Amino acid sequence: MLEVERLRKTYTTDRGGVHAVEDVSFTVEDGRFYTLLGPSGCGKTTTLRCLAGLERPEGGVIRLDGRVLSGERRFVPTYSRDIGMVFQSYAIWPHMSVFQNVAFPLEVSQDRPSKEEIARLVKEALALVGLEGLDRRPAPQLSGGQQQRLALARALVRKPRLLLLDEPLSNLDAKLRQRMRIELRELQRRLGITTVYVTHDQAEALFLSHRVAVMQSGRIVQEGRPRELYASPASPFVADFVGDATFVPGEVVDGGVRALGGVVRCALSEALVPGAKALLVLRPERLLVHAGATGGPNEFAGTLRVAAFLGDHLDCVVEIGDTVMRARAHPAAELRRDQKVWVELPPDHCLAIPDDGWRPRALTRTFEQDTE
Amino acid sequence: MTARRVALQAPTWRADVVIVAAAIAVLAYLTLFPLAILVLGAFSSGGSVFDFQFTTRWFARVLTDQASFELLANSLAYAGGSAVVAFAMGTAIAWAVERSDVPLRNLWYGIALVPLIVPGIIHTIAWLFLLSPEIGWINAPLKGAFGFSLSAYTIPGMIWIEGLHSAPLAFVLMSAAFRTMDPSLEEAAAASRADPWKTLRRVTLPLLLPTAASVVLILFVRTLESFEVPAIIGLPGRVFVYTSRIYLALKQYPPNYGLMAAYASVLLAISVLGLLLHRRVTRHAERFATITGKAYRPRRVELGRFRFLALAGLAVYGLLAVALPFVVLLYSSLIRVYTLPSVENFRELTLKNYSFILEDDLTRAAIVNSLKLALVSATVVVAITSVVAWITIRTRTPGRGLLDFLAFVPIAIPGIVLGVSLVWLYSTIQIGIYGTIWILIIAYVTRYLPYGIRSMSGGLAQIHKELEEASTAAGARWWPTFRRVTIPLLRPALLAAWIYVFIVSLRELSAGILLYSTQSVVLAIRIFDMRETGQYTAIAALSVMMIVVLVALVAVLQRLGGRTVQAT
Repeated sequence: MLEVERLRKTYTTDRGGVHAVEDVSFTVEDGRFYTLLGPSGCGKTTTLRCLAGLERPEGGVIRLDGRVLSGERRFVPTYSRDIGMVFQSYAIWPHMSVFQNVAFPLEVSQDRPSKEEIARLVKEALALVGLEGLDRRPAPQLSGGQQQRLALARALVRKPRLLLLDEPLSNLDAKLRQRMRIELRELQRRLGITTVYVTHDQAEALFLSHRVAVMQSGRIVQEGRPRELYASPASPFVADFVGDATFVPGEVVDGGVRALGGVVRCALSEALVPGAKALLVLRPERLLVHAGATGGPNEFAGTLRVAAFLGDHLDCVVEIGDTVMRARAHPAAELRRDQKVWVELPPDHCLAIPDDGWRPRALTRTFEQDTE
Repeated sequence: MTARRVALQAPTWRADVVIVAAAIAVLAYLTLFPLAILVLGAFSSGGSVFDFQFTTRWFARVLTDQASFELLANSLAYAGGSAVVAFAMGTAIAWAVERSDVPLRNLWYGIALVPLIVPGIIHTIAWLFLLSPEIGWINAPLKGAFGFSLSAYTIPGMIWIEGLHSAPLAFVLMSAAFRTMDPSLEEAAAASRADPWKTLRRVTLPLLLPTAASVVLILFVRTLESFEVPAIIGLPGRVFVYTSRIYLALKQYPPNYGLMAAYASVLLAISVLGLLLHRRVTRHAERFATITGKAYRPRRVELGRFRFLALAGLAVYGLLAVALPFVVLLYSSLIRVYTLPSVENFRELTLKNYSFILEDDLTRAAIVNSLKLALVSATVVVAITSVVAWITIRTRTPGRGLLDFLAFVPIAIPGIVLGVSLVWLYSTIQIGIYGTIWILIIAYVTRYLPYGIRSMSGGLAQIHKELEEASTAAGARWWPTFRRVTIPLLRPALLAAWIYVFIVSLRELSAGILLYSTQSVVLAIRIFDMRETGQYTAIAALSVMMIVVLVALVAVLQRLGGRTVQAT
């Protein structure tokens, strides 16, 4: 079990930027896949590097299986920690062959196995990631995806207690990224290795993780299972970062929020009482655009500004009053730009949360100028 | 995320501070200490470093007397003129090779680089054979036909000879600039309907301006520091510049250290000023951010009917910079007494000069000394700078900025100025190295620290930090990481730095000219001495051998290193 308590770390980069981790605490149960998710500069990589011992925290305690790695006046250096790590750049040593790369962690370990044992363990690790037979190949001759697997094999060959992954998929192209995340998920579930993963890609985080911690400005702002984060975000920041969302401000009334020129029936987060300022979180993939009124609940009329064909649906932008929102329509729907449409907001999938004033950067500008 | 530094491998915090403090002490002793002693000496009328008696007499003389203005004027004219000549030639060749469709580009590329390998003193002597007023190969027929000659012993003569020798440096720097300039910037101009001339004037030239300014400044400072042409051509022609004036001040009896130190201080000040200006210019250049480290596929200008004009120009350059000097040396090395080529001469070709050189004790000692010096200097420089570069690039240890600065200081110290400081220092502090090869080793190591540090820092910066971190995360401590990951990855930079220092050590003249004694003669100094006794044919033989060996050495080492040895 990995325990992190009140971790603190501040430092200045060479370019003068200040990065900080403040009071970060979390626990990863054995065999779980835990993800630190957040935008760049939120402190997720610094936290991971503290776990690896590549950064020296200024405060807090890190424990692995009850043993202190850092804190309480102790600091176990990186090379003495029972970890495997995959770096964002893969950090494959270009002057070594595939075999030599994977054998390195075994060769430098205190109780170095025999030559035959090393060969066996390397072979096993390469087979694990699907690189069998490539051991003689010079490492730089591998493709991006293969290098990624090699980095993983190298991190796993010592059978560490803790696997640390720093945005390992971010350098792959989109198709390969999708395939690798399936493989990574299967491998982690099969080996049952305790894993901490850092990413800024919310889809990756949701796909891979047992639990996700969303970080913002050096703090964990919400932690939970992927489903919980998506369905009940605690703040507009989390709602925006985990999944797509259109935000509509309004005033809480009984069973809903006054907004869009009417009352939107929706779930209300616990803190909200009638009269309070709230923010409606509308997931585009839940909103349905119709050419005519259907008479259902939570239906609002607006003007269609964009309808783009994406295969399984039409991606739409609709203007309701002065609110611009994204929504979907059936791929076969016959819709014209600037026509009147009705947007259905299913009450089960609408959520209102307290408005803390945070807003995402503007998604669309007004369309008035465009029609000229 | 990329610009982080970690002091992760250092065993404990105190140990790395101790190491840095020790390194700072060593570098400060090598670089700043002699300069401090030099400046103090320039303000003292005492007879040694310990006997300090304040005076402004030397500076008063150096800065006010009539001859001093002439000295300054000569130095500026010589350095400025050579810089412009070298820049014009180097840039023209670079443009032709990199950006035009002139035929035989690879050949011209090689020819443009060859003079980099030839020691300055050999180049100068070869041109003396060509431009000597009476017996020069170029002058003799001129005089016969038109009744006038182009004397080498004038400022234009000096400018021409030094400019021709520095042109390859301008070529290297400018061709790099041409190669790394994003061609889409010019394509965008063309797409905006600018004709080729407008594109050149409005886009290409303004983009290259900061680079060009920096190249001219580098050439200027290097020429100002040069000693070969001022000593070999300037002194007989009575055209004095700072470096030759300093040399004279030591040669007179009794040597006047105060005056010498004052001249050296002025030269140092001008050189520092030039380099500060260079820094300003290049810092400005970074803002343009168009000239990147990336190599692009160049867009070549089709020369059309000017193609053969360009070809002829390059051929003339090859003739003047490479072929003629080598041929004149080869010829002179094969005759008994130097005379102009004639039928009789060709009947009586002899290898006597070569056998003389190979049997001459002083020359043999010089060869051994030069090799020793080159080996030791290259190894020491690489050892010091690889550690210093690692500390400054990879750690956050306090003092690393100072360390980097100290290793870079000698770039601003002219060789002869370094010589003056070391003479002054070690003739007073008798630790038994004055007049031995050790004082030369100190001079060479100090002089070449900046080249080492540049190569190492560059090499290390290219090695992604995560490669070392991955080793630590794999369970390797500091030393296994350094030995098995850092050093192998740094090998090309290590090798390049070693080769470079080795070669420039073999040809060094100015740093050693004030420091050598009969037991520590080196090759360039041996040539310098033989010239004073008029043994020109023997010099020619030694020069031919040196050129052949150096070219072969560079060829072999380049193949070994698989990387261009770039001289700057």
